[in-house]
Amino acid sequence: MITVEKLTKTFTLHNQEAAVIPVIEGAGFSVAPGECVALTGESGAGKSTVMRILYGNYLAQGGVVRIGDVDITQAEPREILRLRRETLGYVSQFLRVVPRVPTLDVVSEPLLNVGWSEADAKARASDLLERLRIPERLWSLSPTTFSGGEQQRVNIARGFAHRYPALLLDEPTASLDATNRETVLSLIEEAKAGGTAIVGIFHDLDARSRVADREVDVSAFTPKAA
Amino acid sequence: MTDQAYNFAYLDEQTKRMIRRAILKGVAVPGYQVPFASREMPMPYGWGTGGVQVSAACLTPDDTLKVIDQGADDTTNAVSIRKFFEKTAEVAVTEKTSEASVIQTRHRIPEEPLTEDQILVYQVPIPEPLRFLEPSEVETRKMHSLEEYGLMYVKLYEDISRHGEIATAYAYPVKVEDRYVMDPSPIPKFDNPKMESAALQLFGAGREQRIYAVPPYTKVVSLDFEDHPFDPSKAPHPCALCGAEDSYLDEVITDDRGGRMFVCSDTDFCAGRRAAGFTGEMTNTRPAPVDTEAMA
Amino acid sequence: MTPLLNVRDLTKAYGGRIGCADVSFSLYPGEVLGIVGESGSGKSTLLNCLAGHLPPDTGEVIFDTRADGPRDVLQMSEPERRMLGRTDWAFVHQNPRDGLRMRVSAGGNVGERLMAVGARHYGEIREQALDWLDRVEIAGERVDDRPAAFSGGMQQRLQIARNLVTGPRLIFMDEPTGGLDVSVQARLLDLLRGLVRQMGLSAIVVTHDLAVVRLLADRLMVMKDGHVIETGLTDQVLDDPQAPYTQLLVSSVLQV
Repeated sequence: MITVEKLTKTFTLHNQEAAVIPVIEGAGFSVAPGECVALTGESGAGKSTVMRILYGNYLAQGGVVRIGDVDITQAEPREILRLRRETLGYVSQFLRVVPRVPTLDVVSEPLLNVGWSEADAKARASDLLERLRIPERLWSLSPTTFSGGEQQRVNIARGFAHRYPALLLDEPTASLDATNRETVLSLIEEAKAGGTAIVGIFHDLDARSRVADREVDVSAFTPKAA
Repeated sequence: MTDQAYNFAYLDEQTKRMIRRAILKGVAVPGYQVPFASREMPMPYGWGTGGVQVSAACLTPDDTLKVIDQGADDTTNAVSIRKFFEKTAEVAVTEKTSEASVIQTRHRIPEEPLTEDQILVYQVPIPEPLRFLEPSEVETRKMHSLEEYGLMYVKLYEDISRHGEIATAYAYPVKVEDRYVMDPSPIPKFDNPKMESAALQLFGAGREQRIYAVPPYTKVVSLDFEDHPFDPSKAPHPCALCGAEDSYLDEVITDDRGGRMFVCSDTDFCAGRRAAGFTGEMTNTRPAPVDTEAMA
Repeated sequence: MTPLLNVRDLTKAYGGRIGCADVSFSLYPGEVLGIVGESGSGKSTLLNCLAGHLPPDTGEVIFDTRADGPRDVLQMSEPERRMLGRTDWAFVHQNPRDGLRMRVSAGGNVGERLMAVGARHYGEIREQALDWLDRVEIAGERVDDRPAAFSGGMQQRLQIARNLVTGPRLIFMDEPTGGLDVSVQARLLDLLRGLVRQMGLSAIVVTHDLAVVRLLADRLMVMKDGHVIETGLTDQVLDDPQAPYTQLLVSSVLQV
């Protein structure tokens, strides 16, 4: 489902004397449907960078990143948009939404984008919010005013609303209590069982060992002469 | 200065030819506003300078002229324009609609149906019907040329939303021959149906320098909505002097205690009916024609 | 899929000075394209050339018309272009005063485009006006009020209703949230996002506010000195800018 070959990424800082910083060189791995691959490596090794390239958020300088039948590094913006709408989900650590939009709408939006009816989308969103223990009285409020843990759970509900065939998880269990952590892990297991290919970053070692089938050490791709 | 010091009908021949060319163009394109080089006239703008120039360009020595203001022949405006042409063109004048060959009018169409031998000349203050909502002349001309008349309906919409009905009671916009939207001059909407006439109708706006025309038997439709159709209604009274039920009425305040009466605004029409023996409820108490000059 | 709008080599000069030069891009149905750049970068010139308000010197603006398929808007006759301007196209001005008739009621403002395309039933026009006021969150009881009595945010929402009532497919927006309070901006952005999704609208949004494009635009075009210097997915351009100027632009945004 996800294939990465010979991936290269550099940052060129034009406003700092055009400094060129290579961050990834020759990265390669693949993820099958129903499989969960954990990216490992110390801080700064480039785990988040790889995730962002997979999502099309960062441009790769070389290599191939295939999600389904689309090569992200070559795709037109609208192909990536369609991929993000239908195929590729991303749960980041940070919630980025329009202020003042009610939580329920935030969570159901990805479903509306793939053609669900308003009622069905809201029902599914309600289920997820309930499972993640967001009190119902908060559903009509914007999540921008929520605590960090609540925002994180809203973000997860949004990420899991549509059953994407491929899913990127950036620290999904960070800042969650034991009960909610358990819920998120079971959501991940359900997604895997449903055939979703998952790439994740887990600092939570127990969580990693429970859901990840394989580990890919990103430091292997860090350019040595940096 | 002797009367012979004036060229016939005051304007010089070249100017009258220029105006006639504008009139012919207006006749050829019914409802279209033709620009013309309006001249200074020996009367102020707003007193009918546009109509006077059109009349001057139409008059021949054999014509008989009638001038009405708000339907009356004997108001200041009507009297002075009539005298102006008596002096400068030495044409015959009349107060009888049926005897006139050229009728210059301000704010009315005579009640008596006009014939193919007559020309009705309107005095127009603001010829552009779209002016109310669109201040740019460049833009309104473009809207006319492209037949973009949505804005005209916005005006009617505003009327209904504010008053529950189309409250425009005079200068009610019309569409001429399914093409140009035209301002009929400030005639009451009651007169709008009379614009489908056997007579040639010419419109002159002196200050705005525009001439336009409705040729005989041209289709003239008052704009409206399907659910708010055009209604040429008038005050629901008979004339107090001649009893006419179907003529346009002026309301006359008769005292300072709320007393009032409704009389025909077309004085010639009313006088004709009374001469034929028709009477109204006030005929005996006040037989003389109403002094409309006081209302002007 | 046929692009809704296909722009090729659009150039406009003001005398010797470049307004915009060699701009090419495609916009697909349902896409929102953001155009950013500082004042004088040519983004407004470009928008006005696209929307038919300014004649470009060279280039093509090919729009996929409902009736005849793709056609070069610049080659259309003026009546055709104006008809497009009040049916399939919409233009939201930065200043609502430029896009509204201030002396006409809210209902009349919304109804104008309907009447312009031949609606002649007062009751139906008013019903649609009320429906649209509701969709842009203006109370129905304000339908007969003039926009002058509205707040800036309401005026802008009224302008949007007035533009969308004929179900256009392409909407041009010039700094749609400029001059509004931050809280009002958020509401407007949310409204626009919802309408874009519900109606399948395509939009071209010119702004200098990077936060606005991040929330509203799928794709981004960065302009400088009349030229397009970078394009791509909005979040990619903002998070991993490639061109020196874009990097400067992004790094210059004040963090809250």
